[in-house]
Amino acid sequence: METTFVLLLLLSPFVGFLSALFFAKNKGNLAGYIGTTAVFVSFVFTVLLFNQVNTTKNPIHIHLFEWMQLVDFKINFSFLLDQLSLLWLLFVTGIGTLIHLYSISYLHDDENRHKYFSYLNLFLFFMILLVIGSNLLILFIGWEGVGLCSYLLIGFWHTNQNYNDAAKKAFIMNRIGDLGFLIGIFILGYVFNTLDFVELKQAVIAGNAYSQLEWVGLATLCLFIGATGKSAQLPLFTWLPDAMAGPTPVSALIHAATMVTAGIFMITRLDFMFDLTPAVQDLMAYVGAFTALLAATIACFQNDIKKVLAYSTVSQLGLMFLALGLGAYQVAVFHVITHAFFKACLFLGSGSVIHGMHGEQDIRNMGGLRHKMKTTHITFAISTLAISGIPPLAGFFSKDEILLVAFHENTLLWIIAAIASILTAYYMFRLLFLTFYGTFRGTEKQAKELCESDGFITFPLVVLAVLAAVGGAISIPGNSWLENYLKPVLSQATEAHHLDATTLTLMATAVVGALIGLGIAFFKFIKREEVPMTDDRIIGFTSLIYDKYKIDEIYDFIIVKPINLLGSFGKNVIEPNLSKMIFSVDAITDSLGNQGKKLHNGNLGFYLFAFVFGLCATVYYLFFIR
Amino acid sequence: METILQEIGIETYLYLSALLFCIGVFGLLLRRNAIVMFMSIEIMLNAVNLMLVAFSTFHQDAAGQVFVFFSMAVAAAEVAVGLAVIVAIFRNIGSIDVDQLKNLKG
Amino acid sequence: MNITILLILLGAGALATYGAGNKWAPKVALGFSILTFICALTFVNQHNSSDFIVKWFSNPNVSFAIKSDGLALTLVLLTTALVPIILLTSLNKEIKNAKSFYALVLFMAGAMVGTFLAADGFLYYIFWELALLPIFMIGLFWGDNSTGERKKTMMRFFVFTFAGSLFMLGSFIYLYQKVGSFYIADLYKANLNSTEQFWVFLGFFIAYAIKIPILPFHSWQAKTYQFAPTVGTMLLSGAMLKMGLYSVIRWQMPIAPLAAKEYGPVFIWLSLAGVVYGSLVALKQDNLKKLMAYSSLAHVGLIAAACYSGSQDAITGAVYQMVGHGFVIVGLFYCVDIIHSRYKTIQISDLGGIRTLAPKFTSLFLLVLVASIGLPGTFNFIGEFTMLYGLGAQNISYAVVGGTSIILGAYYMLKMFQNTMLGTTQQKPFDDVSWSEGFTLILIIGVLFYFGMYPKPLHDLIAPSIAQLNVYINPIK
Repeated sequence: METTFVLLLLLSPFVGFLSALFFAKNKGNLAGYIGTTAVFVSFVFTVLLFNQVNTTKNPIHIHLFEWMQLVDFKINFSFLLDQLSLLWLLFVTGIGTLIHLYSISYLHDDENRHKYFSYLNLFLFFMILLVIGSNLLILFIGWEGVGLCSYLLIGFWHTNQNYNDAAKKAFIMNRIGDLGFLIGIFILGYVFNTLDFVELKQAVIAGNAYSQLEWVGLATLCLFIGATGKSAQLPLFTWLPDAMAGPTPVSALIHAATMVTAGIFMITRLDFMFDLTPAVQDLMAYVGAFTALLAATIACFQNDIKKVLAYSTVSQLGLMFLALGLGAYQVAVFHVITHAFFKACLFLGSGSVIHGMHGEQDIRNMGGLRHKMKTTHITFAISTLAISGIPPLAGFFSKDEILLVAFHENTLLWIIAAIASILTAYYMFRLLFLTFYGTFRGTEKQAKELCESDGFITFPLVVLAVLAAVGGAISIPGNSWLENYLKPVLSQATEAHHLDATTLTLMATAVVGALIGLGIAFFKFIKREEVPMTDDRIIGFTSLIYDKYKIDEIYDFIIVKPINLLGSFGKNVIEPNLSKMIFSVDAITDSLGNQGKKLHNGNLGFYLFAFVFGLCATVYYLFFIR
Repeated sequence: METILQEIGIETYLYLSALLFCIGVFGLLLRRNAIVMFMSIEIMLNAVNLMLVAFSTFHQDAAGQVFVFFSMAVAAAEVAVGLAVIVAIFRNIGSIDVDQLKNLKG
Repeated sequence: MNITILLILLGAGALATYGAGNKWAPKVALGFSILTFICALTFVNQHNSSDFIVKWFSNPNVSFAIKSDGLALTLVLLTTALVPIILLTSLNKEIKNAKSFYALVLFMAGAMVGTFLAADGFLYYIFWELALLPIFMIGLFWGDNSTGERKKTMMRFFVFTFAGSLFMLGSFIYLYQKVGSFYIADLYKANLNSTEQFWVFLGFFIAYAIKIPILPFHSWQAKTYQFAPTVGTMLLSGAMLKMGLYSVIRWQMPIAPLAAKEYGPVFIWLSLAGVVYGSLVALKQDNLKKLMAYSSLAHVGLIAAACYSGSQDAITGAVYQMVGHGFVIVGLFYCVDIIHSRYKTIQISDLGGIRTLAPKFTSLFLLVLVASIGLPGTFNFIGEFTMLYGLGAQNISYAVVGGTSIILGAYYMLKMFQNTMLGTTQQKPFDDVSWSEGFTLILIIGVLFYFGMYPKPLHDLIAPSIAQLNVYINPIK
């Protein structure tokens, strides 16, 4: 029964993928309906299974077949649905359904819709596989599979080579992380002779790891590198902003709510392993904090509505990694969930705006949209409030807990995180004000045609906005449902923070911080009605941040260029010379033959001379030397 | 019985033979006329024949003289063929200068 | 029934194909190759691993010995499966003097099957050289005629590989002097000291390094792939270079285990250098066939490294990957061939935007490509994972360096894919895949994905014989 449920849950999107690809070509919205239904079925089964696990408290193990066999151990194709994976499944399939629904309208005039929906379904298939895999290798199938779908969807409009570049970049940067991930898997295999999460945990509890802590540390470091690739952390985060080339719902689903949180999922899954290696945890916390700060500063100067949100995603993911690094796994998970709600809502809102503006993405050409796009405006505003950490919306609780943990563990990290949150409030309200307030700065034509999007688009927005508003309820300080729920799967839950004076002070500080960010944005963009400068007028330090600290250029210079140069060197210098060298044997034979040919010049006199000379030499040898 | 050989010694025969042979060799190397070269070869051949005869008498062994008859017979046949070839060449290229015979060069 | 029937079938098939005349030759050849494949499959099912020995000459002591364990059967199965697929790819093409062409293909298949099955050094050597002749002729007479370089390239290929084999012959002769037999089981027990083993190992290495090819010995490869007809390229890359890899496992490592242990790292690093180097050079290629050739250099380098590591996991993975790479590279070359048949060019700079014109072809190409870069779920992932796992167990830096292929491989393949298939259209018509083309590609993709999800049958076939060989490769002191 459970097996059937889980298989249906997993395979429903796959069936959707196949049927959308093969049967829905040129059939209008059919592909969209197929896709949405397929994911909705998954969602229904997820809810059923969630209820079961939530009541029985027993995780579901499903063994399908023996997949791979190494000399020392076997790797099974089996699934593990515990509290953690079901939580993930809930929001993956839930938000997935909403975004499929949204896409029906968003892509209503694209002739390749059937492909879009099939890829999106395939993505969900792999995402589900990633979440329910019972060992690292099944997780890795999903991990790479979502990467492939991300590649396909970023490059969905494949006639534009810039989009294809972005897709390629995303895939390759992810692969760099994947190599780290693979090495991490290998090391865990060598040390523990298993890759199964449950068995790994038992081995760690049994204390098998202590003799080989350096190796475990290396393994967690490698796994963390894998996570930085997928979850867009320093130094591998530059693919995520470029990935905005894909259709906006894709950005919402893959590059904000689900796929990019895979790294956090993986680390939470292996929390017992990371707890063994504090050095890696520290690294993780610092990387997370700096990524949060760096991305937040970049986001403050971006003018592309999606780019702002992309950097905001990177920044928020950084905060989650900060929480992970501090050992507060359930806090990170909490933020993943609330972030999924409000960031998906923001992306979908921006999609609605782009849709209404006929493809315009530059916020300098927007403004005053609140009159024409009421629903979009309200939902966007709620989500902005949520992400900025204004109580009592969802973001306030989750972000506040991260700050709380950071304050208790490491003041420096707390300061960085606090600055990042203030910046968050600033750039988000900057975005909100520039887009929806002030006067309209677009063309006449856009102004005339500007109108609210239809129900397929606004319905998901409303649902997500509601969730973004009330989502914090799952873990309010002092009485956290989430913490109790996750207790069985996390090895050592951090002690619950009681509502003491420090906590309250910190909360107040956070709110004041958010309000400061809001205030600056309000002052600049509402009071003084500033509009960001045009590209050619940006100079100095600002232009450095505007150009994303030139990180892309630096990577290009220190990695991509040398690799290409080496390739050219190999092709143009080594290859010809190597074959020249190897085939010089053939040249030597050739030239020897040519020299020998000269002896046979056809001159009878010369032949006779040689003959006589040979005779004399023989006589000389026989009589005088021997 | 004292033969002429004992009287003047085998050395003289050998010197003569060597001299004749060298004349033949130098003639062969230095001249380019096919007939003259041919003659030089004959002289070399005869130098050897002379030596064979001389040793044959010296060792009191008739085998050497038998060889000489052989080689004379073969030389006669060779001359016949060789001259015919030279005549054929002359008809073809109007000369018997061997330097002009390079048609077979690879 | 005896496994030599495969050889007889292929030989008879070659003769029948030649006798059938140009019109019927392709069909007869296809029929015979499918029959052989079915036969091979039955042997695998029966697990018929009985050895078969007939005395051939008494002096020198040579026997007609066949050993069909799981390892040999896997490679035989690969060859006999690839030949029908390769023949399928050529059915729609105009080939002059078809009867000789197809007869040569079957003849070559026979020689390769012989190489995989032979258990006597002398017999093995004969088959080894016999396999070279047909591919040389195929390349020479049916190759790409557009430039005058073809003859020279083929000649070099022949002389290079042939010269390499002579070193192997030297090793065999030396072993014969020592042991007095060419039979494989006797050679395993040769008891050479480590200096002798080194020279024997080196002799084998030169032959195999040229055939596989390993880094500085690959000069023949790219151009030969470029100028040979596609069928020849597929045979070369899909099946023939597996002869070298197979022989490393079957002959080189067990005969000279001490040398393998002592000098193994050198050869592993050489092979791994090929992985990185091949990927880098592939990045810059403009000719699709040459790009595939260098990608093959990279992939095969990893397999060679795994073979030379002597680790049981790595060798098992290497055998997986031989199968996986065989199918993938045939699929890739077929895609190149399809492009060539439409546009008459395979220069990447002349291509672009095919996806808009031929979506089905693009999807199939992408699937093959995805397998080639080892995405989980494809058989190549199983192979790469197992190999890298085994390599890393010996020295983690092997796994890291070998693993760069998953980054660089994705880089050059996606770059190639972007520049040929994506982007704006060339406005030239490009017919989407026909039924037979689609069928062939789906066959290849099906195999790759099936074993990617369920590799157990192959594991059960391979693992026991690797475990047996492991006794000789890693002798207990």
